Amino acid sequence: MAKILALTGNEAAAYAMMQINPDVVAAYPITPQTALMQKFADFVADGDVDTELILVESEHSAMSATVGASAGGARAMTATAANGLALMWEIVYIAASNRLPIVMPVVNRALSAPINILCDHSDSMGCRDAGWIQIYSENAQEAYDNTIQAMRIAEHPDVLTPAMVTLDGFIISHGMEDIRLLEKKEVQKFVGEYKPPYPLLNPQHPVTYGPIDFHDYYFEHKRPQVDGMENAKRVAVQVGHEFGQKSGRTYGLFDAYRMEDAEIAAVILGSTAGTARPVVDELRQRGIKAGLLKLRVFRPFPAMEIAKVLSGKKAVAVLDRSLSFGAQGGPLFCEVCSALYNEGHRIPVINFIYGLGGRAVEIENIQEVYQKLGKVAKTGNVTKIVNYLNLRE
Amino acid sequence: MTEMTEIRWHGRGGQGAVTAAKILAQAALGEGRHIQAFPEYGAERRGAPVRAFTRISEEPIYIHSPIHTPDAVAVLDSTLLDAVDVTEGLPEAGILVVNTLESPGTIRKRLTLKGRKIFTVDATQISIDCIGKPIPNAPMIGAVMKATGILPLEGLVDGFRNKFSEKFRPEVIKGNIKAIKRAYKEVKTE
Repeated sequence: MAKILALTGNEAAAYAMMQINPDVVAAYPITPQTALMQKFADFVADGDVDTELILVESEHSAMSATVGASAGGARAMTATAANGLALMWEIVYIAASNRLPIVMPVVNRALSAPINILCDHSDSMGCRDAGWIQIYSENAQEAYDNTIQAMRIAEHPDVLTPAMVTLDGFIISHGMEDIRLLEKKEVQKFVGEYKPPYPLLNPQHPVTYGPIDFHDYYFEHKRPQVDGMENAKRVAVQVGHEFGQKSGRTYGLFDAYRMEDAEIAAVILGSTAGTARPVVDELRQRGIKAGLLKLRVFRPFPAMEIAKVLSGKKAVAVLDRSLSFGAQGGPLFCEVCSALYNEGHRIPVINFIYGLGGRAVEIENIQEVYQKLGKVAKTGNVTKIVNYLNLRE
Repeated sequence: MTEMTEIRWHGRGGQGAVTAAKILAQAALGEGRHIQAFPEYGAERRGAPVRAFTRISEEPIYIHSPIHTPDAVAVLDSTLLDAVDVTEGLPEAGILVVNTLESPGTIRKRLTLKGRKIFTVDATQISIDCIGKPIPNAPMIGAVMKATGILPLEGLVDGFRNKFSEKFRPEVIKGNIKAIKRAYKEVKTE
């Protein structure tokens, strides 16, 4: 039976890691991830896991040790945030390119400078092309659920791609919520035993990881990585369905909330999607056909699926909690526009950059989004493509 | 969004405002409610004004923004009355609970406050008597529970015992429970 506990997002993710019981965890502390690893270290000290916990001297080393362990055949995990992720970036890319199914909670925090410890998505969005699956969590429950599912998705033989599970720094990581936990043995059964396909430590079948590979074959070795990532879409849906059978909480690539007959819709990642829900309900009560598309899996990007859900809408707003300097809008905006274009939908889409460096996202801010969306829907005209929400200008 | 109670806690770093927000939420979870408890996100320093929030609801809680119109406000340190606007967003029917030696009437005059229900309790003295330290969070939880009537006292006491039985020595837990109960009894209103 499920146990209900009051846990922070960090604790929830640590519980998921404990119940997965990985062989190796290597970590270096950084706010707001520190409490996650501290909780996991408690589990190690209490003998709740068999994990070899390696405390390293930097995030670059944390990811390097995780890569080494994973290549050796271990189920390996780490967790980080912000500048920690930035520092490990070189090895983040190598982990994916070596097809190592590492799972890493990323506690979303703004990148410096100026120094800021609060939430935005500039860290995970900064490495959106590094070849990792990216699953965004709305709340602590999802941080727990997604961490467990990510293990299965990453290790699937058709995928073999590392996955980061994000949770919004402080808002989710340090906020306590009621969480429904599975039993440890249920989680163990769900993730199963990891059978590494090409362990480095098998003298019967010697392999090599990451050797020199120039113009003759590098290209051919990158191409299947694309397929692995693409396959993750199908596997994520399968795993999300199976997880639903165990837990009563089914997951897909996104959650389409009151979208079916919606005329205006917002596309949102992370905790803000939760804040948007009561706004949509309130608009509906006033007869305004509003909807919400909460995206869960950002990588691989479910382009066709999103285009299908958004088709026929009068106007769409995409909310980005990060910047992409010099681009045509935020990362999510560009993806959504591209998806709509490729599927032949000409819908007015506006972009809202919001919540950078922990700027609060209030109900009124989300109301403003839908208000502007209503205007765009009425006229069909987009006067300003990129808008900044709750910013002194 | 109906049936949701929102409480804002004001304290100074080290007084346990965040822990108080969490313990109350935990007790509500024990009563089958949905809960949220979170600090205001900033750099934590001992002595600096801090805010924490508790949401308690019959329905799942989706909203993830700070609380602006709380149903109740708890002030763990009366020096904050001069430093921050603790009644900001507190509606006419809202509840204000202050840790102070003064009477609710005096606090009303001091804040020139109209409406609202004011409660006071000497949580610092209670914590010194019961815990041996001037950490007013436990008695303030008791006072808030009495003032709001949001949860039965027994649920909180049980929850407190369960949560901290591994972390603290039995006498520490006993002292805190005593402090909660005493503040529950001693909290004054107009």
